[in-house]
Amino acid sequence: MDLFSHILLGAQVLFTPMNLFFCFIGVLMGTLVGVLPGLGPTAAIALLLPNTFHVSPVTAIIMLAGIYYGAMYGGSTTSILVNIPGEAASVITTLDGYQMALKGRAGPALGIAAFGSFIAGTISVIGLMLVAPPLAKFALAFGPPEYFSLMLMGIVVLIYMAFGSILKALMMAVFGLLLGTIGMDAISGTQRLTFGLLELSDGIGFIPAIMGLFGVAEVIANIEQEIKRELITTKLKNLLPNLQDWKDSFWPMIRGSVLGFFIGVLPGPAPVISAFSSYAIEKKLSQHPEKFGTGVIEGVAGPESANNAATGGAFIPLFTLGIPANSVIAILLGAFMIHGIQPGPMLITKYPDLFWGTIMSMYLGNVMLLVLNLPLIGLWVKVLKVPYPILFPLILLFCLVGVFSLNYSQVEVALMIGFGVFGYLARKFQFEMAPLVLALVIGPMMENNLRLSLVISQGSPWIFIEHPISATFIFISLALLISPWIPWIGRRRKKLQEKVEGEQI
Amino acid sequence: MKAGKWMLVVLAIFSLLSEEASAQDFPKGPITFMNPFNPGGEVDIAARAMQPYLEKNLGVPFVINYLPGAGGALCWSKLAAAKADGYNIGGFSIPHIILQPMFMKDVAFKTDDFVIFSIVEYTPIGLAVKKDFKVNTVKEFIEYAKANPGKISCGGVGKFTGHHFATLQFMQLTGTKVNYVTFTGTSQVQTALMGGHIDAAFTNSTMMVSSKDQIKVLAIGAQQRMGQLPGVPTFEELGLKMYPRIARGAMGPKAIPADIQKRLEKTFLETTSKPEFKAKMEAAGFVPQVMGIADSHKFLEEEAKELKKLIQEFDLLSPAKK
Repeated sequence: MDLFSHILLGAQVLFTPMNLFFCFIGVLMGTLVGVLPGLGPTAAIALLLPNTFHVSPVTAIIMLAGIYYGAMYGGSTTSILVNIPGEAASVITTLDGYQMALKGRAGPALGIAAFGSFIAGTISVIGLMLVAPPLAKFALAFGPPEYFSLMLMGIVVLIYMAFGSILKALMMAVFGLLLGTIGMDAISGTQRLTFGLLELSDGIGFIPAIMGLFGVAEVIANIEQEIKRELITTKLKNLLPNLQDWKDSFWPMIRGSVLGFFIGVLPGPAPVISAFSSYAIEKKLSQHPEKFGTGVIEGVAGPESANNAATGGAFIPLFTLGIPANSVIAILLGAFMIHGIQPGPMLITKYPDLFWGTIMSMYLGNVMLLVLNLPLIGLWVKVLKVPYPILFPLILLFCLVGVFSLNYSQVEVALMIGFGVFGYLARKFQFEMAPLVLALVIGPMMENNLRLSLVISQGSPWIFIEHPISATFIFISLALLISPWIPWIGRRRKKLQEKVEGEQI
Repeated sequence: MKAGKWMLVVLAIFSLLSEEASAQDFPKGPITFMNPFNPGGEVDIAARAMQPYLEKNLGVPFVINYLPGAGGALCWSKLAAAKADGYNIGGFSIPHIILQPMFMKDVAFKTDDFVIFSIVEYTPIGLAVKKDFKVNTVKEFIEYAKANPGKISCGGVGKFTGHHFATLQFMQLTGTKVNYVTFTGTSQVQTALMGGHIDAAFTNSTMMVSSKDQIKVLAIGAQQRMGQLPGVPTFEELGLKMYPRIARGAMGPKAIPADIQKRLEKTFLETTSKPEFKAKMEAAGFVPQVMGIADSHKFLEEEAKELKKLIQEFDLLSPAKK
């Protein structure tokens, strides 16, 4: 069968009232949990999975997949409007999206996030359809040394791109790595820095940390400055970005889509990493990098496209190898098995209706999301226009309920509050959050892969240089670290920084 | 918000049940099943496959609640302290619940804090190598390991786990030494083995069934050959008396009244003896079991005995090795 007949088969599967309905429910639920801070796609899919037992596997997967990519659309809304990421992948959107909102350009920011997500979603579905098998082989070429070097490069790039002082960014990254060492050591099972708390034995939860650093800290910081309130409630006109916005956003969207798609194939929290990477790349390539963080539309368009494209990429290892790339996909994998479908390389040939039906549902789901999201934005804005004395306690309540409902753990609630206070203080002293957050997420993975590499090489650190892919990443990291000392690059970076600081004042 | 409301409903139902629970009116409300691992793992797959049957049998919702952490210890510590009314039950893995209280310091449960209603399935642990590895049989594997002591990198999940102990037992029986590489989850081992980043792995039959075309499965630790893995010999056939496996099922705090224990046992037995349930589990690479309370505890004791022997032989409890 050629591609065309495959697409026809997929359409045939999709265009039944039942599947269309479940696709709609999926994307609607996805947007909803995406908008609500603290409720992520993982929790939503886990909660809804039992309801899919009575329908066919295709219908179940269509709905569950819809929740996943739908959440990426919704996540941007709260990032832009209240500076609280709806889910982790939208953290970076707060940098420029919220600034745009402060400048009264919330409409175009939300609009470009939705269009960017749509374009990226479509690109990544096409990618998933066309290049699934060869790409999965590429993912398999990544062993522990390659992962370690890639993550090292990720952190170095982020430090290099830091907004203010490199030293402060480095401090935050190292602090994040240190926090990442808390918990049970994955290799020997020894408890580290847990102070006898069983809840800490799996490390500091990412969600309490994020919600503390961004949610609680934001609430505290905003209590100080009353003025901001007026700015948020500016009119939400012109959801459609103007021609200049489109010009500025076009390439960031395309780059973000491609980047997100490729990072999505790799295991790990791909939407988060790809959004961060896209931001870094756009800042680097931009004609006016100093304006990033002050509300440029590229800073929204790139990452929002990237995190959406990553969800499409994440399906590749699932469909071709039956390997989950992250916790959401892991639940989907569980759903396959429950419905008696054997995941693995034979899946596409054995169950073509499932694969092509899901692919087609993603096209349609993206269209539904675009139509759904632009009107729904107005609805959410209304919710978010509630006066601050009501909104702040509500945000706090959302954070508290959200964190508590994850694991029913008071320790995590306490952690979130602790991170909130820390985030507030760090903000006062102009420390950036991004290096801390990234280091906290990838720290444990980095450590694990470092140690796995060394066990495999029996203690020889040369393994990182002997593997060509890994060596490339190491070389880039070193080059980035050394470059500030090379006089002309260093001077240019300093000049740029002075410019930025001048503008801030 | 929704979760919060929902919890209130559950709480309200629980408060109605504060009277001494008894089997006649059990169950009155939803039963919470604490899952010690992440969604998508073996415990989850089995629990979700049972869920519709259990709900039909009991006439109440069977709610799966994920409490992953510390290799399961977090969930089991909570389950050991939970109200013993039959509404709080949970999943488990043997040998984890035997080994963790022995080796982990901050664990707040003991193996005999629990009553096991039923062992639902087990997965034999087998030996697999990467596709392009030189060896094709266990015999060749042993020869290669002897010629290159400590050179074969052999993956598994965690220390003091089924995979770790299978590796130790294999090394002891064959007089070889391999380099045990500790991963955090089966899917990680799977990717590393398929990508050729490790040479070999001691891992679950479920993984071998799902990726048998991309790896070479050399032997399986079952009593008989497994239909899902055609042509794969058992360790026993090859002269190695080892039957490593991980067993899973449902358990609860020991203080649950005996008649409620019986009611839950009956529910699980009626579910696990359904042919369509068995077929589903077998297709995914499990070995389904129909075991009640007595059988399950006998199984547990036998596994514990076997493990203690291994621990003594390898002197694993001495502080230097820890």
